Amino acid sequence: MSIILDHVSHVYEAGTAMEFAALKDINLVIPDGQFIGLIGHTGSGKSTLVQHLNGLLAPTGGNIYYNGADIHDNDYNKKELRSKVGLVFQYPEHQLFEIDVFSDVCFGPKNLGLDKKEVELRSYAALKQVGLEDEYFYQSPFDLSGGQKRRVAIAGVLAMQPEVLILDEPTAGLDPKGRDEILDQIARLREETGMTVILVSHSMEDVAKYVDRIIVMNKGQVMFDNEPREVFRHYRELEEVGLAAPQVTYIMQELKKSGFDVDTDIITIEEARRAILDALK
Amino acid sequence: MGIVETKNLVFEYIRRDEEGNVEGITRAVDDVNLSVGQGDFIAILGHNGSGKSTLAKHINAIHYPTEGTVWVDGKDTCEDANLWDIRQEAGMVFQNPDNQIIGQVVEEDVGFGPENLGVPTQEIWQRVEESLKAVGMYEFRKYSPNKLSGGQKQRVSIAGVIAMHPKCIVLDEPTAMLDPNGRREVIRAVRALNDVEEITIILITHYMEEIIYANKVFVMDKGKIAMEGSPKEIFSQVEKLKSLRLDVPQVTLLAHELRESGLAIPAGILTCEELVASLSAIRRRRGWG
Repeated sequence: MSIILDHVSHVYEAGTAMEFAALKDINLVIPDGQFIGLIGHTGSGKSTLVQHLNGLLAPTGGNIYYNGADIHDNDYNKKELRSKVGLVFQYPEHQLFEIDVFSDVCFGPKNLGLDKKEVELRSYAALKQVGLEDEYFYQSPFDLSGGQKRRVAIAGVLAMQPEVLILDEPTAGLDPKGRDEILDQIARLREETGMTVILVSHSMEDVAKYVDRIIVMNKGQVMFDNEPREVFRHYRELEEVGLAAPQVTYIMQELKKSGFDVDTDIITIEEARRAILDALK
Repeated sequence: MGIVETKNLVFEYIRRDEEGNVEGITRAVDDVNLSVGQGDFIAILGHNGSGKSTLAKHINAIHYPTEGTVWVDGKDTCEDANLWDIRQEAGMVFQNPDNQIIGQVVEEDVGFGPENLGVPTQEIWQRVEESLKAVGMYEFRKYSPNKLSGGQKQRVSIAGVIAMHPKCIVLDEPTAMLDPNGRREVIRAVRALNDVEEITIILITHYMEEIIYANKVFVMDKGKIAMEGSPKEIFSQVEKLKSLRLDVPQVTLLAHELRESGLAIPAGILTCEELVASLSAIRRRRGWG
């Protein structure tokens, strides 16, 4: 089971002076259970791409298949698709609106037409999955801190029990500890449930630490699609399109230039620490 | 007196229930004494909810102190007569650009501030051009802001403040939504404004690598200033920063981990060059020994 994008293109405002091709002939296979990092500079087409995955935007060319069915067939159940492919937008806490935290999380599953008990069980489980303590359940979501609000918003999507979770810059604006907490929780959740996670991020350090596969978008096309180590080997090409390798990769390059015997494709602090200690033995 | 001074600044939010009865009081800023000199580059760090944005909003008189005093360029922010001067002298850039853009066209948006100051038309156009070039958005001057991505909009917001020719700019997490290149460009533009124009910069950020250029760093926790010093002094204290929910740049963290593993590396390494130099020194010593 998987998501397949077959020659997908998207042109905004075709036929006008503002015509803009946001996606150009994208071919991707996203199998179950992968942890994918989607990177690209602002305006590269990342957000347009993820909005195609749950049918919010329809391609102007090509087809998208979810578990073997074309999601834009006339008889395809889009509502079900949106419960299966959960999308957490940037700054999702701006979408909180209910009187208390628990009701807010219930909103999604309630709209799936589930019975009240099932809705509440799912919402409770989702709030536990994001690590929110019981004491906050009946508080107004607006009284919570930034990191807590973000968690409530993510729980709202998790309560739909999606098979694919897409997060568009889930850590923007959070303090460093808050960033680590959210990403650790998402990684743990993925291990426990086996769901596919697509993380849209501007932090190369975060992507290097968590994902198994990186898709790099540039000018509406897929520029690289590989394991993090392989992708970051192309750091010069990444820099040309407004991205970079993790800082630690540059440190290793500098050490190599100064004659240290270290690998230059290191992407995490722990690997770097071990490599440097070995080189100094 | 510096460009921004606060004395025993306290700010309290009063929470009320639906009938207007006081439910509780939150002290968001608690006895803060701050002194920022003209031309300084100050960074303020702190976890979400530590009070840094509330403090920043006092600098251009969006908030008024509950207790204590704030002076901007020697003017008390509590006096109504000073309001317009303060808002022009201390520009503010917020985290979310969507809340700051009002123009239909990029160049109109940037010109809005100086227009309201009564700047002559010819000079407005000059200022718009300079400001947009400073943030790398000049080629988008004829665009509608809602056609821009988040990062591009943020650079337009910064241009809008620069066009007011402020003495001091307060940036509240201006790069939270930008890609690495956008972040670099914004920080480079901010540093240039500080170096060349001698505009005072107060930068609030969660990105530790952005503050290594600051003259002075303040770390806030529970409304108080918990740490204060040069970037090197602050980043020497990795464990203390972590206890305040913060972090250090990757190069500083790697140096710290290597120190913990027994290498003789000095604390507070901020750049790749420093780390390479100190590792090379260790290698030389070992080679000779």
